[in-house]
Amino acid sequence: MSQFQYVCSVDALVANSGVAALINGQQIALFYLAGQVYATSNYDPICHAFVMSRGMVGDLKGQLMVASPLHKEHYNLQTGQCFEHPDIYLTVYPSRIEDHAVWVSVP
Amino acid sequence: MQQTQHTQHAAQTIVVVGNGMVGHSFIEKLVKSPGFKQFNVQVFGEEPRMAYDRVYLSSYFSGKTADDLSLVTPNFYQDNGVSIHLNDKVVALDLAAKTVTSASGKTVAFDKLVLATGSYPFVPPITGNDRPGCLVYRTIEDLEAMKAVAATGKVGVVVGGGLLGLEAAKALVDLGLQTHVVEFAPRLMPVQLDEGGAALLKRKIEKLGVRVHTAHATKQIVAGQTCLNKMEFADGEFLETDMVLFSAGIRPRDELAKLAGLVTGPRGGITINDQCLTSHPDVFAIGECALHNGMIYGLVAPGYAMAQVAVDTLNAEAAHFSGADMSTKLKLMGVDVASIGDPHGNDETALSYVYENGPEEIYKKLVVSADGQTLLGAVLVGDADDFGNLLQIKLNNMTLPEHPDSLILPNRGGSTTELFGPDALPNSAQLCSCYAVTKGQIVEAVAGGCCTMADIKANTQAGTGCGGCVQLVTNVLNSELTKLGVEVNTDLCEHFGFTRQELYHLCKVENITTFEDLMARHGHHHDGHQGHGCEICKQAAGNIFASLWNSYALEKDKIPLQDTNDNYLGNMQKDGTYSVIPRVPGGEITPQKLIVLGQIATQYGLYTKINGGQRIVLFGAQMNDLPDIWRQLIAAGFESGQAYAKALRTVKSCVGSTWCRYGLDDSVTMAIELENRYKGLRSPHKIKMGVSGCTRECAEAQAKDIGLISTEEGWNLYVCGNGGMKPRHADLFATKLTQAQVFQYVDRLLMFYIKTADRLQRTATWLDNLEGGLTYLQAVVIDDSLGLAADLEAQMAQLHASYECDWQRAINNPEFTQRFKSFVNVEDKAPQPFVLERGQIRPATQAERLAGIAVEIKQIA
Repeated sequence: MSQFQYVCSVDALVANSGVAALINGQQIALFYLAGQVYATSNYDPICHAFVMSRGMVGDLKGQLMVASPLHKEHYNLQTGQCFEHPDIYLTVYPSRIEDHAVWVSVP
Repeated sequence: MQQTQHTQHAAQTIVVVGNGMVGHSFIEKLVKSPGFKQFNVQVFGEEPRMAYDRVYLSSYFSGKTADDLSLVTPNFYQDNGVSIHLNDKVVALDLAAKTVTSASGKTVAFDKLVLATGSYPFVPPITGNDRPGCLVYRTIEDLEAMKAVAATGKVGVVVGGGLLGLEAAKALVDLGLQTHVVEFAPRLMPVQLDEGGAALLKRKIEKLGVRVHTAHATKQIVAGQTCLNKMEFADGEFLETDMVLFSAGIRPRDELAKLAGLVTGPRGGITINDQCLTSHPDVFAIGECALHNGMIYGLVAPGYAMAQVAVDTLNAEAAHFSGADMSTKLKLMGVDVASIGDPHGNDETALSYVYENGPEEIYKKLVVSADGQTLLGAVLVGDADDFGNLLQIKLNNMTLPEHPDSLILPNRGGSTTELFGPDALPNSAQLCSCYAVTKGQIVEAVAGGCCTMADIKANTQAGTGCGGCVQLVTNVLNSELTKLGVEVNTDLCEHFGFTRQELYHLCKVENITTFEDLMARHGHHHDGHQGHGCEICKQAAGNIFASLWNSYALEKDKIPLQDTNDNYLGNMQKDGTYSVIPRVPGGEITPQKLIVLGQIATQYGLYTKINGGQRIVLFGAQMNDLPDIWRQLIAAGFESGQAYAKALRTVKSCVGSTWCRYGLDDSVTMAIELENRYKGLRSPHKIKMGVSGCTRECAEAQAKDIGLISTEEGWNLYVCGNGGMKPRHADLFATKLTQAQVFQYVDRLLMFYIKTADRLQRTATWLDNLEGGLTYLQAVVIDDSLGLAADLEAQMAQLHASYECDWQRAINNPEFTQRFKSFVNVEDKAPQPFVLERGQIRPATQAERLAGIAVEIKQIA
């Protein structure tokens, strides 16, 4: 059973943008938009580089997404599924904001 | 490899004599034809260079080079396995043995022979026609000879007031000579124009400083007193001139055919049938050397049509040449002139309509059949906009409206031309005569997915020749799109139903400075929820804010609008590291600065390379090292080169007159000043510039968005070229400019581009899609036809004044530098695996990483 861990203050995030965090030795991408924080793996599964936190976020067809900064594939922030290649996923991690702090659960 | 293979399969040898426009067109068409693989092709050309554009020969004097005029892309012949023998005239043809022999002694056997020997300029048999300074106008060598005479002379005379003569007169004007045109007939362009049209043309040309002498017969040319030559006319008048340029018509080059015994016409020309075959079943003749149905066609389009017929016949496909329309539209010395069909009304019963507008210097004439149903001919001088419409009516034999004069009367209000809109044309109507593209082909291209003029050009070649059909093709394109129900979707993305240009104006007019505001006011809402945007509209908005307000990428509300390159002020490479490119204006750098770059690269373990734009790039910088690297670079006097942004990248320059023994002007200083003027300017796409100190063009300025080439009379400005995936040569925009004029024009042009271009639209595509093309752009920028110039210049001045180095701004503010930490929650740095190659680092491949071959380079500091 994974545990939520404190990562940082919400102030360390930039609204409508992403940052990287190192949690349990793993690179995690945190995205802050619409008042929520979303956590995925920082690894771009297509380009094989740790860059997802530097992608642009927004929505496509009503789904919140992040676009890879390398080749612009889009991933659903809630499911991790790639819009263009439905069999490719980013790992997504449970995350929440509590008392102005960001909490993420990484196994 | 390809060639050997090719030769092995070759069953038949085709020899082509002549490598002019038509000869080359034949090769181009043959290469594309289905049977090409069975042919082994050998081409002979007597000129030292491959085919070039004789139609635009006069542009050689307004700055184009022989290379610009070339019709042959590099390696085209080589890549297609076609052997070409240049500078080697074919001197003998043996029809019995089926061989040709060249001046250098080569004898080649052929199965099929194509004669594309062209024509030579006719020089009237006047005493003294061989005196020094007496020249013709046909080849680039002729142009060189003209240049030489012009260098020491002041006056030039063109003998012949036809199409080519007036074109040649333009060349003399460009050479700076006091120019005269002498025409034997009582009017200019006697073949194409009627009296009224010719009289107006004469007035307009004389206004440009050219003296026109009609009804003048030259008796002899003798040595002059004030000039090199003196022309004496039949009526006793005389004219002192340094140059006499004969342009009194052409004569087919049929001597080789005659000697070999092929049938030729009584007044010259190799007789051909509808398949373009001569009296010998294996010998074709095409272009200006061929006589078809008693006609020699001195235009290039019929020659191209003949080339196609010859290719089809060789491929055993049914094809026939059935004559060609001699209608022409051109700009002679800036004057629009067009002639359609028979403009003289030689048929006695013909009716004519004339519209003459004295103040605006426009003359239009229609000749129609007695029953008023059919168009026989037309003349347009001063305003040839109706040409496309009228030509189609003539070519397709369309029934005229009740009042035919409505076709040439100015359209003030109620429109009658709708009747002859694109839908009225049959699919067989040929819209582009340079490339024989029909309306049907355009319709098909649209159905196949072409949505823009640029697509149409790329797919069908329509509009890429003389450009005369662009307006008409655009009309057909738009009409077809509407008919297909293709509502041309110019929406930026799913969040905004606007183009970038429209958003630009909305932001400007409504003073919008944030994405939230823009989205709230103009964005689409999804299921009642306001959208968050995407990488397309957010970047476009960020780019617009930067262009309008010089807003900074690292401000908190701007960060979400930038792609990683803009956010981290470097270019993200495949492994997530960034490249660092300091600005090196004009490519000029001190030894001390070079040392600093080397030291910084060593300290941070970076890979160094000189990139395609003459800049030194430090690769492999990790995000968290960027601020420190910038700090050191700035301390050494560098600033950001904006190599990550849609902005001015580099101004490439050659060495210039300071060091180069050929340089005419100081291209380095010019490049530095250009770079400093436009650095940091955000635009719809990246912008590159080049400055060459002479026409050797070492800076490849004609492959840039903005290119300058120094000439003895000032700078020649080229615009809207690019390298990259779809290379495009820049267009000559203006000549003989001072530095101040260059800045003024470039200010206006770039600002106009920023305001009107689409998202990620390079200047070349922008120009291709600009209705009216280069001429329109010149009118806007040079003549200020829209009255925008002052505004454009002021906006550019404001952006220039508010420039700040992005790197400097980043390191000045701890809030900005904070973002460069590898991780938000710990101080660790992300590991970055590299492999060493040729003594430097490179990103490890996935396989190398998995195999554990990669090493992690620790920075030395």
